[in-house]
Amino acid sequence: MSGSFAAFFILSLLTIGGAVFMISFTRVVHMVISLGVTFLSIAGLFILLEAEFVAVSQVLVYSGAISILMLFGIMLTKHDAIEDGGSRGVNRIVGFLIVAVFFAICFWAIQRTTWPGPAPISQPDVSNAKQIGMEVFTKYVIPFELVSVLLLVALVGAIIMAKKEGDNE
Amino acid sequence: MMTLQLPSFLLVALILFSVGLYGALTKRNAVIVLLSIELMLNAANINLVAFAKYGLHAAITGQIFTLFSMTVAAAEVAVGLAILIALYRNRATVNIDEMDTMKH
Repeated sequence: MSGSFAAFFILSLLTIGGAVFMISFTRVVHMVISLGVTFLSIAGLFILLEAEFVAVSQVLVYSGAISILMLFGIMLTKHDAIEDGGSRGVNRIVGFLIVAVFFAICFWAIQRTTWPGPAPISQPDVSNAKQIGMEVFTKYVIPFELVSVLLLVALVGAIIMAKKEGDNE
Repeated sequence: MMTLQLPSFLLVALILFSVGLYGALTKRNAVIVLLSIELMLNAANINLVAFAKYGLHAAITGQIFTLFSMTVAAAEVAVGLAILIALYRNRATVNIDEMDTMKH
């Protein structure tokens, strides 16, 4: 068993474990914390896939910003809420059936397809961040600018919608 | 023989997506539904990065697309949470079963 395989095993176990705990916990704050574990392990998986820049942005954006934003959202609404969902058993069973069918179809497709073999040896002389920067600023300049406009629009929209109504000064 | 292959990453992403889909379909708290959607987006990101390394035409484009989808996800969370807070201020609930004004 090689080292990368062991790392993959541990990281995927943590990823799936965090997600499953997120589903099974009852207090919403605990759910967000366990999802933070999932986001961090996904960053580890990205490092395993030789995508260091994406891994660092995953840590910054997901486990940093989005988890904290979710905690703020919970604290600003019902922070002691208990998720029960016990009164709607039919809903749960139907949801589980849909997910099980989806999982079975996708699993069958993954097993059935013949995938390309192991990855070619990547050139280690160019760093991952440099590669991404060259590609973004040569081929994807317009999407990059559009994304910055989208972030600005989301910022303004979030402030306007979360503002108290009738507060016009 | 125990080398990492593409299907193992795809399987992890599939399990994550299924868990997220189950959470989005069954959970009643709107914040948790948003979190489940984030989980599904993350599963898609794992697939993109895995194909960027192991795919037939392995290229850095998958990672760039992952960065773009992360940005869009962050914008989506910010706006979604703002809507949720405005809704909580008006209706004093985060239960998605009680958000049915437009249904009747």
